[in-house]
Amino acid sequence: MSDHDYVPKSKIANWFNDRLPLLSLGAHLREYPTPKNLNYWWTFGGILTFCLIIQIVTGIVLSMHYVAHVDLAFESVEKIMRDVNYGWLIRYIHSTGSSMFFLAVYIHIFRSLFYGSHKSPRELIWIIGMLIYILMMAAAFTGYVLPWGQMSFWGATVITNLFSAIPVVGESVVNWVWGGYSVGNPTLNRFFSLHYLIPFLILGLVILHIWALHVPGNNNPVGIEIKKPSKDTVPFHPYITIKDIFALLMFMIIFSGFVFFSPNVLGHPDNYIPANPLITPEHIVPEWYLLPFYAILRSVPDKLGGVLLMFGSLFVLVILPWLDTSKVRSAIFRPMYRQFFWIFVIDALALGYLGAMPAEGVYLFLARISTAYYFLHFIVILPALGFLEKTDPLPASISEPVLTGGLNPSTTKSDKFF
Amino acid sequence: MKKNNILKLLISFLILMFFCGRAYSSSENLIKVDWSFTGITGKFDRSSLQRGYQVYKEVCASCHSMKYLSYRNLGENGGPEFSLEEVKAIASSYEVVDGPNREGEMFVRPGRPSDHFVKPYPNVNAAIAANGGAYPPDLSVLVKARTGGANYIYSILMGYEEKPADFVLDDGVYYNKHMDGNMIKMPSPLSDDLIEYSDGTNASQAQMAKDLTTFLTWAAEPHLEARHKTGTKVIIYLILLATLVYFSMKKVWLGINTKK
Repeated sequence: MSDHDYVPKSKIANWFNDRLPLLSLGAHLREYPTPKNLNYWWTFGGILTFCLIIQIVTGIVLSMHYVAHVDLAFESVEKIMRDVNYGWLIRYIHSTGSSMFFLAVYIHIFRSLFYGSHKSPRELIWIIGMLIYILMMAAAFTGYVLPWGQMSFWGATVITNLFSAIPVVGESVVNWVWGGYSVGNPTLNRFFSLHYLIPFLILGLVILHIWALHVPGNNNPVGIEIKKPSKDTVPFHPYITIKDIFALLMFMIIFSGFVFFSPNVLGHPDNYIPANPLITPEHIVPEWYLLPFYAILRSVPDKLGGVLLMFGSLFVLVILPWLDTSKVRSAIFRPMYRQFFWIFVIDALALGYLGAMPAEGVYLFLARISTAYYFLHFIVILPALGFLEKTDPLPASISEPVLTGGLNPSTTKSDKFF
Repeated sequence: MKKNNILKLLISFLILMFFCGRAYSSSENLIKVDWSFTGITGKFDRSSLQRGYQVYKEVCASCHSMKYLSYRNLGENGGPEFSLEEVKAIASSYEVVDGPNREGEMFVRPGRPSDHFVKPYPNVNAAIAANGGAYPPDLSVLVKARTGGANYIYSILMGYEEKPADFVLDDGVYYNKHMDGNMIKMPSPLSDDLIEYSDGTNASQAQMAKDLTTFLTWAAEPHLEARHKTGTKVIIYLILLATLVYFSMKKVWLGINTKK
């Protein structure tokens, strides 16, 4: 961030900036050279920052009214919905917000996969991003437990029980996590504490994520390194800010549609039944955004195996920069990867669907095939493609279409994500 | 071309799986009612809410609690909107245990609008004991707690039938074609002319089921009307703002060719 020599105009500002260069930081953020050819799939970083802030702000207000006690939690949520001024709005923004947050993060991740944004020199941005994603799942899970409905209770029971798969110390670990011999008041209290903590950890990682991004600068749809600044770039402000704001408004329209017109469609009706340790719901299912991992977990007959495979499915994502051996970033110039990318998208959707279905019969069979393909994609296909695939010629810069021969890739149809 | 073929194959595979899943879910056969409160501009029918409260009060309340509601809610905007006098009269028709007083005694007084709906049983166990082992669920959020929502509640209320000849039922269990497993411990609560509506509406079973379901939907979502109204304004505002931002964006980016 020392790559420019910003001098504030006033004396006071100079005095301040010499001691704490916040004004230089501001200048850096305004001038930050950004590739001019970024498409709308690149606006989800800003949208995700918005989602995080919305969740934190609404969450802080909700926690002023929420009571983390097994006998009072459900009632306190109903009080928020009925008696707190605009409590229904704040809670529905928060509950819908988690789904919107994940929707945006999945688009953000798949954009990265398509355009190869995880590759050198951006490995750390990707890894920090994956840590954020894992923390998001922890935040979402602990948050879903708080209303203390049936799915809260049984979801917490199923997920915390996963730790019992650890050999030898499993049972002790589960009791330690619960703070007792079953999911109960101590569990709810610590989940509330963690649910308040995790978003701020995420916020810290987001700052690192953006910091790490600002070192090499943005990747772009063509995926080639470009000179920054140059005629291939535009200053972040006003070019990218206004584009991000426009995309954010589009996103907010969809967000509002859910909040105001079907706030409960993304949740499970059983969570409006107060938690009852004596009655197990017919199907215990997590929220939609965790379903692919739930499908992987259940596709293994052995408990420890299932847990290992589920964590393995996240681990392969973390080490992806070294599994993807191709030097070419953007799928636009990778004719084979482009197809495998879409197969992988469908595989991930299929896993999500199968996670919501009972783990039996044809569903279980399909879940196993989809799980196998998930790992095949990362462990076999991606490393092999780097050696087998014949990539298309890359252009020299965004402004100059192609170095030698071939179609002009920036004007072909595949330039767009869809 | 090859890519498209693979895609088509996989998409048809997904669609097929989706339909397998639809067949698996059972909420498809519910009676669909054209409710006034669904849709973007959906509102409650005020008189239906008032009649629905009457059905709850005279039929359901003897077994089912609604512990998250207070009598004052009956007079609030977006609800049945009884007048303040009516709410006070409704509340004072109940006896509420209050206290302890200065002598340390609990005492009974007439209800006030700020009181929660009086429960039929002092606790869950008492409710279970008095109802042959089945707990009559609290109705406050029941509509949101069932797949199918209002249509589900309406279907259950209208779903009582003679059991098929080969269907075995224990004593105190009733046949209901919309209940999971077709067995329900609640006897059919509604029948034609069971109550006399104070507004003179013909109290057919279907009319009562409809009014009651409307009332229960409001009870589960008391701010539904405010939500729909605010939502419409918010979305109109966002669309206008987005339009302005779009043209500003076009102006800002004028002269920058993103392709070359």
